[in-house]
Amino acid sequence: MTHIPISVTVDGTVYDVEVEPRQLLVHFLREDIGRVGTVVGCDTSNCGACTVLMDGKSVKSCSVLAVQADGHEVLTVQGLAEGEHQWHPVQTAFKECHGLQCGYCTPGMVMATVDLLQENPNPSEHEIREGLEGNLCRCTGYHNIVKSVEYAADLMGGAK
Amino acid sequence: MTETLTDTNANPMGRPLRRKEDARLLHGQTNWTDNIQLPGTLHMAILRSPMAHAKITNLDVSPALKRPHVVAAFGAKELGDLNGAIPCVWPVTDDIQMPAFPALAVDKVLHVGDCVAVVLATDKYAAADALDAIEVDYEPLPAVIDMEAAIQQGSTAVHAAADGSQGTNVCYEFPLKPQGDGAFDAAVKAAGDDVVVVKRRFINQRVIAGFMEPRAVVASPMGMSNEMTIWSATQIPHILRVLLALVTGLPENSLRVVAPDVGGGFGGKLQLYREEILAVQIARHLGRPVKWTETRSEDMVATHHGRDQIQDIQIASTKDGKIIGLKVDLIANMGAYLQIITPGIPLLGMFMYPAIYKMPAYEFNCVGVFTNTTPTDAIRGAGRPEATFAIERIIDELADELDMDPMKLRELNWIKHDEFPYATVAGLTYDTGNYEAATAKALDLFGYDALRVEQEQRRASGDPVQLGIGISTFTEMCGLAPSRTLGALKYVAGGWEHCTIRALPTGKIELITGTSPHGQGHETAWSQIASSILGVPVDDIEVVHSDTGRAPYGMDTYGSRSLAVGGQAIKKAAERLVEKAKVIAAHQLECSVDDLEFIQGEFRVKGDPAKSQPLAAVAFEAFSAHNLPDGVEPTLQAEATVDPDDFSYPHGTHLCAIEVDTETGKSTIRSYVAVDDVGIQVNPLIVEGQVHGGLACGIGQALYEGVEYDADGNLLTASFADYLIPSAADLPSFTTDRTVTPSTTNPLGTKGVGEAGAIASPPAIINAIVDALRPMGVNDVKMPATPENVWRAIQAGNGGAK
Repeated sequence: MTHIPISVTVDGTVYDVEVEPRQLLVHFLREDIGRVGTVVGCDTSNCGACTVLMDGKSVKSCSVLAVQADGHEVLTVQGLAEGEHQWHPVQTAFKECHGLQCGYCTPGMVMATVDLLQENPNPSEHEIREGLEGNLCRCTGYHNIVKSVEYAADLMGGAK
Repeated sequence: MTETLTDTNANPMGRPLRRKEDARLLHGQTNWTDNIQLPGTLHMAILRSPMAHAKITNLDVSPALKRPHVVAAFGAKELGDLNGAIPCVWPVTDDIQMPAFPALAVDKVLHVGDCVAVVLATDKYAAADALDAIEVDYEPLPAVIDMEAAIQQGSTAVHAAADGSQGTNVCYEFPLKPQGDGAFDAAVKAAGDDVVVVKRRFINQRVIAGFMEPRAVVASPMGMSNEMTIWSATQIPHILRVLLALVTGLPENSLRVVAPDVGGGFGGKLQLYREEILAVQIARHLGRPVKWTETRSEDMVATHHGRDQIQDIQIASTKDGKIIGLKVDLIANMGAYLQIITPGIPLLGMFMYPAIYKMPAYEFNCVGVFTNTTPTDAIRGAGRPEATFAIERIIDELADELDMDPMKLRELNWIKHDEFPYATVAGLTYDTGNYEAATAKALDLFGYDALRVEQEQRRASGDPVQLGIGISTFTEMCGLAPSRTLGALKYVAGGWEHCTIRALPTGKIELITGTSPHGQGHETAWSQIASSILGVPVDDIEVVHSDTGRAPYGMDTYGSRSLAVGGQAIKKAAERLVEKAKVIAAHQLECSVDDLEFIQGEFRVKGDPAKSQPLAAVAFEAFSAHNLPDGVEPTLQAEATVDPDDFSYPHGTHLCAIEVDTETGKSTIRSYVAVDDVGIQVNPLIVEGQVHGGLACGIGQALYEGVEYDADGNLLTASFADYLIPSAADLPSFTTDRTVTPSTTNPLGTKGVGEAGAIASPPAIINAIVDALRPMGVNDVKMPATPENVWRAIQAGNGGAK
């Protein structure tokens, strides 16, 4: 199959590569460049486990072709905190509030939260629940995820 | 807010420590099975049956071999003797029908999703592409979907009889039919005129586990020896190793099974799956690593489903509400084949129908039925949610018949706290419990009386939005399980658990457990237990698990057993380690063992606090072995394998207020209070999280989720777009609290918590909806209580109950 050259920045590193036109961004991230922190949970773009930021906006990387990421910047959960052993406030909040159990939905949930708080720095519980509707979790019942997002909003507001 | 992990002076038991697991998981530094990429890996793709029941009249895999990157392709014929079969390890009766369950279908397919052929390619996309090239012809046979029709004379049989004749779809019949006073009819008769009998049929619909990490397996053979490493997204690496050895004939001692990071299980990964057998056998045959990761659409048809029972329930009481008997008749859907414990699931429920209530008579009968559907097996609660739903629903129906407050009826019949231990009519002995205390706390948090007043007001004013209150005063049996009990129930294996603890020369502790976490936080909680005994900081304890190479003994994680059973092994191993260390410490300190006390990780000479020896120093002495007392072997480690004396019995009171829009049928949870008694808590933060998740699972079943087949056996809910796993927007926040009645069946006083929410919540939800609609003639609502199902119940004024 024909391969197409793309140049995509992932977590600050530029990748000049050739990909199949049909390859999903999430498979490019996982299979081609080893950014396996981003995961696949479904095949109908319902679960949101694969959520990353593209040019700062959240996208489900199973619903984006790798070629569509050409010339764009992708941020995954692995690049969220700047530097080794650093924590983004959203990551801190999820740990503090026990907003994860098995951790499989977590990369997507964290990235969706980062985007949510960018758009709405002080969301109500209702706005959090509506805002994360596209990310499924089977472990937590969302109770502590909501608490985590509220706590992250506090942490990030405090940093302003 | 943060609890420090390194404060060695405080006992970490019972503290809400933040989890050790989370740093990795939150930074994407994870090791899911699908992450594993070995050199030379072949990706396996599976051709699955599009038909529920058909003869395979032609299968030619060879065209797939001409496709790019394809290395091999197999149907059952090509696989030959390597086509292993799934064993059922719970033959519940002597005359159970246990048909063959080959990994690749031979001649016939029996459900949509049955495995027909596989392609192995060096590229994942290429393997999937090449499935299109396989030529297969089917001759359709009538699909057996409806359970009641399946057990009628003359029904098409899913499996032919052993002698090749027309078979029956009855897999087994399991009766518990006491004679004399314990018989239901006798008890009703003896009550004379003073008896009320209520009969209902409940449908506990089929559900899926819905773990977020799809199943995956990587099988890596090691050259000319039989050695094989198998990574699998499983809850049961230890059991899987035994089963794979039995199925494949590979020596068990050459198999290493690893469950790396596992993204949820909920019973769905308590299994030996066809794909695991295929990966191992083909890897062995081709001498190359074989990898398979399911798509979610495959998961929906090929991962076992759960529940799916028709429950005919009769309850009898005196006219003033004393329960005199319960009769349970189940029809339970096995699906097309028996997975490892399929037939036993309804029987786990058998013990729980009498629940927290005293009654002299109890009868149970279960008919297991084959249909052309995905096999069923354990899903969160496994038999107990079904039982709890039936008993808690029929108690409300009885209360209505008696015109009693449903909580008053429960209080009248439940076991009082001073009546424990209590031998139930189902044959269990509940060690402890305090239903009064949990209920009092729940009623207080809920505001029960005020809600009843509001309910009356809404009824009086004819408000189109009615208010309902649902009660579930549940108990469950968990901590699977005493091995003798399992043996008596014809389960093939035991229910013990193992722990080895090593004090390493550098002062670190290695805690090797046979439990296999997939989200439960064992690394944190097990460290807390060991730390409380060894006095070593939680962060200095490494919990090793889920790898038969590093943690060779174990019975894995399911049935809320890990703490209740595994916790006992941790405690015993830690205490044994201290005993051995004490002998060495006494030698080092030149005193008698009896002169030593062990406090905060140090052996101290009584009355001479200056003379002490930390555990780490003892561990180094055991390592160097320069000056050990006579007869003491080098190294400092201890192990324990514990078989539990009995189950433990968590209980709780869950209360739910639901607003039902009688015009649209939409139900909205206004408040949900869960007061659980799970005994002593190691980490209340983790306990709460488990309760929340269980509630979401149970509320999912009650309001949103249900597997649907059409009459031809096509799965209509075959993706997350069609099967509604609740999102954050579909659920409320919960009010949770606990009462603490320590269990006496284990020395830590713990019970299980993983399944509690899933067991308790469905009847709380449905009772609330029925309570809201009862003045409209509704006495049942079909699960899931979607707006359509609620609206139909309102229109029928009878909810479909018979």
